Amino acid sequence: MIVVGAGIVGAACAVELQSRGRQVLLVDRLYPGAGVTAAGMGHLVALDETEDELDLCLLSLKHWDAYLRDKGGLAEHSRCGTLWVAEDEDQMAHAAARAEKLARKGWQASQLTGAQVAAAEPSLRGGLAGGVLVSADGVVYPPAVARDLAMQLLAMGGRTMFGAAVRAIGDRCIELDSGQRIDTGDVVLAAGNGVPQLLPDMPVFPRKGHLAITDRYPGRLSHQVVSMGYGQTAAGSDALAVAANVQPRPTGQWLIGSCRQDGIENTDPDPRVLAAVLRSAIALLPCLAEMRILRSWTGMRPATPDGRPIIGRHPARAGTWLAAGHEGLGVTTAFGTAQLLADLMSGRPPALATDLYSPSRFIHDPA
Amino acid sequence: MIQPDSSCAVTVNGISVRVPPGASVAAALVAAGTLCTRRSVTGQMRFAFCGIGQCQECRVSIDGQPHRLACRTSCKEGMHIVTGGEG
Ligand SMILES: Cc1cc2nc3c(=O)[nH]c(=O)nc-3n(C[C@H](O)[C@H](O)[C@H](O)COP(=O)(O)OP(=O)(O)OC[C@H]3O[C@@H](n4cnc5c(N)ncnc54)[C@H](O)[C@@H]3O)c2cc1C
Ligand code: FES
Repeated sequence: MIVVGAGIVGAACAVELQSRGRQVLLVDRLYPGAGVTAAGMGHLVALDETEDELDLCLLSLKHWDAYLRDKGGLAEHSRCGTLWVAEDEDQMAHAAARAEKLARKGWQASQLTGAQVAAAEPSLRGGLAGGVLVSADGVVYPPAVARDLAMQLLAMGGRTMFGAAVRAIGDRCIELDSGQRIDTGDVVLAAGNGVPQLLPDMPVFPRKGHLAITDRYPGRLSHQVVSMGYGQTAAGSDALAVAANVQPRPTGQWLIGSCRQDGIENTDPDPRVLAAVLRSAIALLPCLAEMRILRSWTGMRPATPDGRPIIGRHPARAGTWLAAGHEGLGVTTAFGTAQLLADLMSGRPPALATDLYSPSRFIHDPA
Repeated sequence: MIQPDSSCAVTVNGISVRVPPGASVAAALVAAGTLCTRRSVTGQMRFAFCGIGQCQECRVSIDGQPHRLACRTSCKEGMHIVTGGEG
């Protein structure tokens, strides 16, 4: 069988399927992690916008723990935790609810007062209402993980084919740009933003984000600091949603996000948008204004209309499966996705309800 | 010829050295016998390489400000230069 796309999602699926006895060929038009996986922040975070999102995060985070036990150094992992900061009483109420919800599911989260937040992260501006500290969250460098998973696949007897673009998926076969046709059993499409080109009925679309990274300032930030406003802004066409998200890298650098924009095809950094992102981060962490930014770039999150990933069998095409559309959470949820997909492919009852993720939700009139 | 009274005093890691006014901070480091500007991510010692502000290897802390380029900064009386940081 073939997995198309060696981003973190496809690479995780390939390893999981190979470990369950399938013979996997992992194909990518570039190389492992070259897509969105190289652009994002690599925050391993339990998000709880919906109950199912949290369940998928927690399922995945357990796998991350197992993976990082012997690969932590390689993944540039640090368990910095997430400090969600609430700027007013309204956000504080959300913070309290988050702390309660995560703790109930066994993912340790404690509610902090304004003074406790200041003590936990002295670089934050004064006068914050409080927050939530989720100490088990962490950060990784995602492309290094995708590469490692591809190596793991090879070590397990799987195969890889990089620098090979797929131009069409047929009936239990794929066709490469080179004209080569490869016959196979199942095809798993994990091509991120490349999905709609190969399966036009799958509405994966790009949601642009801007990021910047500073020079090294060791010891000034200990937690990934995220505004409670993160993820709360509804996505509109071209609407710019900004919420401060600042991550300490193991090098002492600060990685700064984040924003979301729909309907934009141009992948160049836009100074106006970057300025809005930096301003929102400086508003929380004033010393950032004095720091040097080394580089800025953008990434296109592979999003879906209902904000949920697409995991499962294509209803109208024999042997075609999907693992895509993870938007801003694909690093965190890659391993859980792999487990669910492998369960579905082997006919085993999946660890979580998967109807919500089924590709068939986008096909109203299956052939 | 540079007169002694036209020199300026700076400190390099707490050690006082005198250099001609206008000398680069990189020159002051040499005068102080400090052939390390910063440490790389893996802990390697680095030193000024290009001398023209391109390679970024010569970053030091000057008067408490990290990441100043030693090759592109002129010494001023009383400057405190600190090297070996994780710049
Ligand atoms: C700004 C930003 C911040 C983010 N922050 C986080 C975060 O903190 N935490 C988190 O969990 N997630 C985060 N993400 C999201 C995360 O990066 C993505 O969800 C994840 O990387 C998606 O992985 P993927 O494998 O689906 O896609 P990709 O990494 O894009 O992989 C798809 C692969 O398919 C290949 N491909 C495409 N078309 C073809 C074709 N026709 N033939 C062959 N190969 C093909 C591509 O080359 C690519 O390698 C962020 C994303 C962005 C943009
Ligand atoms: S020596 Fe190269 S930038 Fe200073």
